[in-house]
Amino acid sequence: MPERTIFRGIRLVDPASCHDGLTDVLVEDEGVSAVGDAVVAPAGTEVVDAGGLVMAPGLVDLHAHLREPGFEHKETVETGSRAAAAGGYTAICAMPNTEPVTDNLAVIAEVRNLADKAGLCDVHPAGAITRNLEGSSLTDIGEMAQAGVRLFTDDHRCVQSSRVMRLALEYAKAFDVVIAQHAQDDGLTEGWQMHEGYYSALLGLTGAPAEAEEVIVARDVALARLTGGRLHITHVSAAGTVDLMQQARERGLRVSSDVTPHHLTLCDQDLVHYDTNLRVNPPLRSEEHRDALRKGLVGGTLDAIATDHAPHALEDKEQEFDQAPPGTTGLETALAVILTELVEPGLLDLLRAIELLSSRPARILRLEEQGGPILPGRAANLTVFDPDAEWTVGERPFASMAVNSAFGGRRLKGRVLHTMLRGRFTVRDGEPVW
Amino acid sequence: MGEPARLLDSGEIRRAVTRIAHEILERNKGAARVVLVGIAARGDDLARRLATEIARIEDHQVPVGVLDITFYRDDIGMRAEAPEVHETRIPFDITGRRVVLVDDVLFTGRTIRAALDALVDFGRPQAIQLAVLVDRGHRELPIRADFVGKNVPTRMDEDVRVLLREVDGEDGVVVVEKGETREREPA
Amino acid sequence: MIKHLLSINQLSDRDILRILDTAESFREVGTRVIKKVPALRGRTVVNLFFENSTRTRISFELAAKRLSADVINFSTSGSSVSKGESLKDTALTLQAMGADAIVIRHASSGAPHTLSRWVSASVLNAGDGTHEHPTQALLDLFTIREHIPSFEGLRIAIVGDVRHSRVARSLTFAMRIMGGEVTLVGPPTLIPPEAAGWGAEVSHDLDAVLPKLDVCYMLRVQRERQRQQYFPSVREYSRLFGLTRSRVRGLPEHALIMHPGPMNRGVEIASDVADLPRAVISDQVTNGIAVRMSLLYLVLGGGRASSSEEDSERSEPEVA
Repeated sequence: MPERTIFRGIRLVDPASCHDGLTDVLVEDEGVSAVGDAVVAPAGTEVVDAGGLVMAPGLVDLHAHLREPGFEHKETVETGSRAAAAGGYTAICAMPNTEPVTDNLAVIAEVRNLADKAGLCDVHPAGAITRNLEGSSLTDIGEMAQAGVRLFTDDHRCVQSSRVMRLALEYAKAFDVVIAQHAQDDGLTEGWQMHEGYYSALLGLTGAPAEAEEVIVARDVALARLTGGRLHITHVSAAGTVDLMQQARERGLRVSSDVTPHHLTLCDQDLVHYDTNLRVNPPLRSEEHRDALRKGLVGGTLDAIATDHAPHALEDKEQEFDQAPPGTTGLETALAVILTELVEPGLLDLLRAIELLSSRPARILRLEEQGGPILPGRAANLTVFDPDAEWTVGERPFASMAVNSAFGGRRLKGRVLHTMLRGRFTVRDGEPVW
Repeated sequence: MGEPARLLDSGEIRRAVTRIAHEILERNKGAARVVLVGIAARGDDLARRLATEIARIEDHQVPVGVLDITFYRDDIGMRAEAPEVHETRIPFDITGRRVVLVDDVLFTGRTIRAALDALVDFGRPQAIQLAVLVDRGHRELPIRADFVGKNVPTRMDEDVRVLLREVDGEDGVVVVEKGETREREPA
Repeated sequence: MIKHLLSINQLSDRDILRILDTAESFREVGTRVIKKVPALRGRTVVNLFFENSTRTRISFELAAKRLSADVINFSTSGSSVSKGESLKDTALTLQAMGADAIVIRHASSGAPHTLSRWVSASVLNAGDGTHEHPTQALLDLFTIREHIPSFEGLRIAIVGDVRHSRVARSLTFAMRIMGGEVTLVGPPTLIPPEAAGWGAEVSHDLDAVLPKLDVCYMLRVQRERQRQQYFPSVREYSRLFGLTRSRVRGLPEHALIMHPGPMNRGVEIASDVADLPRAVISDQVTNGIAVRMSLLYLVLGGGRASSSEEDSERSEPEVA
């Protein structure tokens, strides 16, 4: 007897089919079986009264740190998957800065096994560009790509050598995978603690100039032109990067980029109390940069919103500011932050927001089953949220093992009620199914 | 609040100061070894008046110092704000001298206790005596004055205020209901 | 008054004047036969020094002792990596021991802010990283006021490594609060361009600045900065920004020369200049004790953290 669920009168927001309107959606087993008005559901179908709720394709994150293997005191693949499901995600790309580094098939396989066991979210491990993230010799990109790895990055380390970056972009062309760069010039960011500007001078914290990002982006765009490779700039933080990406796009280069909810909403002056949860990498920049990122996102220059979910143990963050590792969690807050800070004030419409959180990142990762469209015959990877429900970050325990949220204590609007991975609820009525 | 009851007028204050000056000279067999130390805010002004009076009687200028007892208070930390600090200036050695402490009102005795503690940090006087313009009773410590301008029975809920030309523009001693505060509460 | 002193920017001009005025009284205490008052009897002050600074620690220690507080020195000069205990655990330990005030010196900017979130004791910043050193600025103001009665319109140049100097930050903020005019002087690599936002002028030409000054304040230059290439050589630095005898001739007669110590004689200040009568550098050290007594008194002399305003009104001040 097949499991059937019907969502009656739900607002379906599905960028891949350009749909935004009220409809019924019938889910049978793993897939969507009907979308339309007055869908007739067979007897025994569970009916979800979805008045006022929004259904979107499950969110897709290009950038999450799950910490396993190696740092299981911060997060595991299982707890990270829970956080993803709780936040409405059905697919995430796990960063390779694990211990050992995810620079070979064995670690890729291990992460996938752990993710399958958890079964809450598709986890796509990213491979390292260079062995052990050392920036000098390329990993077996081909072998990993053939095993399905879609994205390669040395994230949190930036590939400094122009030669290595050129070779990575060139070599990866053979496999249609993307080379993602955390753009940050080492020489300009030695010992950095925050964005270089008025507030770094005031607070006596060592600054990282926005230009440290720009110089790498400028170089990498040039290398993308030289090689024809696919370049992705992750967690863009600088206004200058937006301009460079726009120029690259105008020249028809194969470039893409993402930006985080925290860089879109917070800025350096929020650091005046030395709150280590606001210490992130790249740093929160000034208001001008934040506004430029918003403009770049709204205008279509930036392609996706990625969380850079970076969980840390409490004792890691309860330290002196310069000793606390950078990072904020993000999977459980991303949707609500974007709804509250960008959709509610009218900067983005909901369809565009979902495109940035789901469809576009799915396309960058070439994930056929993710990011919509939500049509009969497609896998039921969905999320359903109440766009008007208000909540305070931290009032309920996080699904993540970590509590280091840059948004702790914030009042947000928009709460995930259901998440469905291939037809199975991972979150139901706002409660975890694990 | 009604018109405050006046305990002493300016003439009475003047006569009280003159009498105390005589008593100090008598008790100490002249002015030779006497120094006066007034307790800040009004005690110091009274001390200067006594010095002037003594100079008139004996033709001898006795040294006058001013002592702020804030650091010796026993209620530091019991109020929201740290008590305001005033100047202390004792520009002479008190060791071996006969120190007359001067204050406006003697009440609980706590100010005098603090002043005694403070004085011994400046040296070892041969003797310490106490002169006050008004003794209003209600002692909480075993302290008594050697020279008193006027003894005034009061209720605890009353406040005795000494007004002096130097700070208040007029001379007088009045009783008021407690409430309005002054820089240093009378003790 | 404030509970913690983390940054000069917490203070108003009235707060600063109250601290300086109270310090005058404490300077008088330092002239007595017995240089000690019982004001903070029964209070515990902890000197928590994560960085070596004998002079600042001794100054605070003497200040607390002259107020009759119990003083505990807790020094750990080990690096962050080698130190076994976290700042938080240290904080909780001191809390459990009943510290009333914690004086903290730390290599990390913001460490006093962080500490103040974990303890109920008052936290006094005795220098944090490249952030601030508020008590140094207060003792500098006290020293200046001994010679120049009003800060309004007073012209001070702060010369040297402003970028990395906690003294420069605190002093600039303090002078601006008091209405002084600050010029920050040094090579462009050592002055953050954002310093203009502090209300200070920026100059790279010391000789041009000297003639209009009331105070010429020299910062210590760390040789490490030369290794980091902020300036090409110590020799070039002292030629351009060192206070030499001949530069002193460019200063007005009345202008003071100051330095927070320890000095690099022959680098930022010539040895004979440091010994001039107008160089009030040892007065700064002396005044540090009175100013720190004043701060400890004002911070700890009020009610304990728990006492609300309501409480203080009810407890009829039963005097002295």
